[in-house]
This record gives sequence, structure tokens and C-alpha cells, in this order.
Amino acid sequence: MEEKIIIAGFGGQGVLSLGQFIAYSAIEEGREVTWLPSYGPEMRGGTSNCSVVVSDLQVASPIISSPDFLIAMNKPSLYKFQMKVRPGGCIIVNASLIPDKVERTDVRVLYINAQDLAIEAGNSRTANIVILGVYIKQSGLFDKEKVLHVIEKKFASKPKVIPANIKAFELGYAI
Amino acid sequence: MRELMKGNEAIAEAAVRGGCRAFFGYPITPQNEIPEYMSWRMPEVGGCFVQAESEVSAINMVYGAAASGARVMTSSSSPGISLKQEGISYICGAELPCVIVNMVRGGPGLGGIQPAQSDYFQTVKGGGHGDYKMLVYGPATVQEAVDIMYDAFDKADKYRIPVMLLGDGMLGQIMEAVEIPKMKDSASFPKKEWATDGTGVGEKRRVINSLYIEPDVLEAINHKLFDVYSELEKHEVRFEEYLTDDAQTIIVAYGTVARIAKSAVNLLRAQGIKAGLLRPITLFPFPTLAIEKLAKKKNVKDFLATELSMGQMVEDVRLSVNGKKPVRFFGRTGGNVMLPEDIVNAVLEGK
Repeated sequence: MEEKIIIAGFGGQGVLSLGQFIAYSAIEEGREVTWLPSYGPEMRGGTSNCSVVVSDLQVASPIISSPDFLIAMNKPSLYKFQMKVRPGGCIIVNASLIPDKVERTDVRVLYINAQDLAIEAGNSRTANIVILGVYIKQSGLFDKEKVLHVIEKKFASKPKVIPANIKAFELGYAI
Repeated sequence: MRELMKGNEAIAEAAVRGGCRAFFGYPITPQNEIPEYMSWRMPEVGGCFVQAESEVSAINMVYGAAASGARVMTSSSSPGISLKQEGISYICGAELPCVIVNMVRGGPGLGGIQPAQSDYFQTVKGGGHGDYKMLVYGPATVQEAVDIMYDAFDKADKYRIPVMLLGDGMLGQIMEAVEIPKMKDSASFPKKEWATDGTGVGEKRRVINSLYIEPDVLEAINHKLFDVYSELEKHEVRFEEYLTDDAQTIIVAYGTVARIAKSAVNLLRAQGIKAGLLRPITLFPFPTLAIEKLAKKKNVKDFLATELSMGQMVEDVRLSVNGKKPVRFFGRTGGNVMLPEDIVNAVLEGK
């Protein structure tokens, strides 16, 4: 088993931390994982992305040529990566910011109004956690309870934000 | 317990667990997490952290601390490591142990901040002046970097040489699950009878120096150093072979690129092409004998060296193969990183 995920968006959308939540969850599952960020002189409003590889074996290449999942949090990211997704793969589109439709017909596409759901969860900054919920459900590799445990652990220093993040995750997971 | 850690931070913690109690550095991307980590971790373990006013200053602080017997390290990235070369040469001349991390970025000049492997020549052929070598590792995973760093101070002390961990920018930035070994007991570290640490009063004076004006004295030092380097060649060579037994094409790659090459080997095997990987873990001493052995095998038809450079390690591969089989090269530069498919295509082009 090996699953390759590219997560991309604006700096500040929680793109890197979304990837880290997946990575921490993979470790909770006893799997191997690599999380590789794009790093650089990123401008505010510029794009940011990370590549996550989850595997049963030690991960060979952390560089992804053809992802199983693309999580596109903004429009430039969708256009940058959509053609790379493997046929039969899945694209999760943050429809709150991307009005466009995916041009491909050989992939599964989920349009998620992540911003609306985050507001519904009680914290407009949880859109990335909504998407985490969507991904975890679609992936099928993860035990939901373990991911919730990771969310609680990661926000342990800010307990006030835990309920909204749990709610955001549940809203995404329910889709 | 396995934890998810960034390469740079895991390397810093492994250094602390391996006995490092002094860190001197100057910031530069993509290794800033190492000094950042050490800035709070060193005081916590009773060690010393100084952000120096320059790389030149930092390496000379390393020189001083090493002379007084401390387990000391510095870290930087390519342009910063260039600035440290004079100090490294002095440290080698004075036969002092220390550990240096270079998270390589593209060059020459200020270059870029993205991953590269274009400091190979500087590292293994001597970036500073004079006849010297370091023990150089090119780890491929965060766990391997941790394990190497954990023992790096022991190796440096044993041979009285600098040990360099040569990573590419990716190794510093990637997060992986790692197991960090427990703290080494400093009481178990061998005594440094040569260190200028205030002990040995009334004994022979201890002098740390790299100036030898008498030609015969300096020549003897040169030979003494090279005796140490041949010990390294005998005892410290490390490499990994992957599916080389029946391979027709041997890919040679180190560091993160070796992982991409491993994926390429798997893709090639899936197409029925017998490829294998030889991954040097030590870059000096280089696994010359292992490559020579493969070059002599009937089933091996050719070699492909692949690097994030215009072709540097490939020269050591050619020296090892020694004309027995063709050696080709494929590289990316500027901070661009090849995909597994790019290496597959490079292998297929030679068929």
C-alpha cells in the first residue's frame, strides 16, 4: 500500500499543517510517511504546497510525479497540479475559492464549500480541517478515532479551539 | 517511540544525544531549524550556543572548543560552508575532532535556496587548502541522518578529524517518523589526553597548532594524517546495494536522490528492465571496491550516476569503474529535483 497526496494552496490556508495532520495520523496507524514541503522565498498570497507519501514500507521517493489525491485549496493550485493526478485518482476542490470545474473526466472530483462548513463549525479558520475530514473519509486508510486523537493532541496548547476543529472534521467526514 | 520530526530538528536532537554540548553557527536557509533548535536545547542540557557574527567566526569558535576537548558542531549551507573552509583546513591540520552539517543548496555564488548536491567536490576533494580529508556521510532518510549524527562525535574523537554530514535541502525540510536514541553518558567518552583543557599540569605541554615550519615535520604530519585516512578506507566505508545481484544497469546515487533512484529501479523492474542501485552512504571514504566489484560482473552492462549537480560524484564512479564499463550521467540543477520517471528515461536512453 502506498498513497501519494499533494496539498496546495495560498500561504496561510493551513496547507502545510493539513499535510502534517495526515502525516501524524499515518504514524498513529503505524505506517511509514514522508512530508515534504515546498520551501522558498514565498510571498504572501503566493502558493505553498506539500507532498505526503503514506506507505506500509519505507518510502522511497518523497517526490511525487503522479498523486493519488490532489487537495487544491486555491485556483492556481488546481491548474498547476490537476493534470498530474493519476487516472482513477481523486481531486478535492475547495469550492469556496475555486468556481471552476475540473477539466478531467478520468478522476473523481469532490467540490467542497470548505469555508461555509468551517463557519458552520464555529471557526472560519478550520477550512483545512474540513478538507482533512473529507480526505480521511475518501482515503479509507485511517481510523477516524485516531485522527481525532491527533487533532486533540496537536491543539492541546489551545484547548479552546478543539471543539470547532472536531466539528469541522466531522462535517468534512460526513460528506 | 517513533515521532514525526523535521530532518533538521531530528539531526540537532541526535547531536545532543550523541554528546554535543557546544554549537556555533550563523543563519542560512535551508538549515535554520538546526541553530534555532540548538538555541534553546543547548542551555537546557548545560551546553553552549552562540550565534556568531559570521561563518568565519563560527568555525573558529568550533576550532577553539574542539581544542579544549568539547564535543562541538556547526551547521550551515553551501555559501556559508565555503566561508568555513579556511577554518576546516586549520582544524584538519591541528588534528581536531568536530562535526559539521552542510544542507546543500544550489550554487555557485549565492545560487538559490532549493536542494542541490553540487558541494560534493568541495566536501570530498578538500574545499580548503592542503592535503586533508573528512569523514563524509550522505544520508538518505531522516532516520539514517539521526543514526549517523548520534555516532558522529565518537567517530570524530576516535580519528581526531572533522565528520561532515552532507545533506541536500530536502533532507533538512522533510518530516519522517524517527526513533531518537537515548542520551549517551558522557562518562563513557574517551579521555582526550591532548586537549588544552587545563588538565595534565606538570606533564608535557599540550599545544594545538597547524603551523609546521620545518619541511620534514610537516611531511611527517601529512603522512600521519593520511595513515588516518587509510584507516577510514579500511573500516568506515558504508553503502547500500538494492537489487544489484542480477542487474544490467547500476544506478549510483546518494542522499535524497538515492530514494528517487530506488523508485526508478522499481519502475524499471516493473517494465522488465533489470536495474539496481548502489547507494554510497560514506562519500569519503567512497565505496570504490564495491563499485569495482560490480563493474567486473558479467551481467552488469553499464552504470548511470545521477545527482543534483552537473556531474561531480560521477567522477568517483568513473575512477572506481576504471573503464571496465560505460558510465553515464544524469543530473538536475538550480534547485530542480528529478522525478523517478526522469531517471527511468535516462536509463532507457542508454539502451
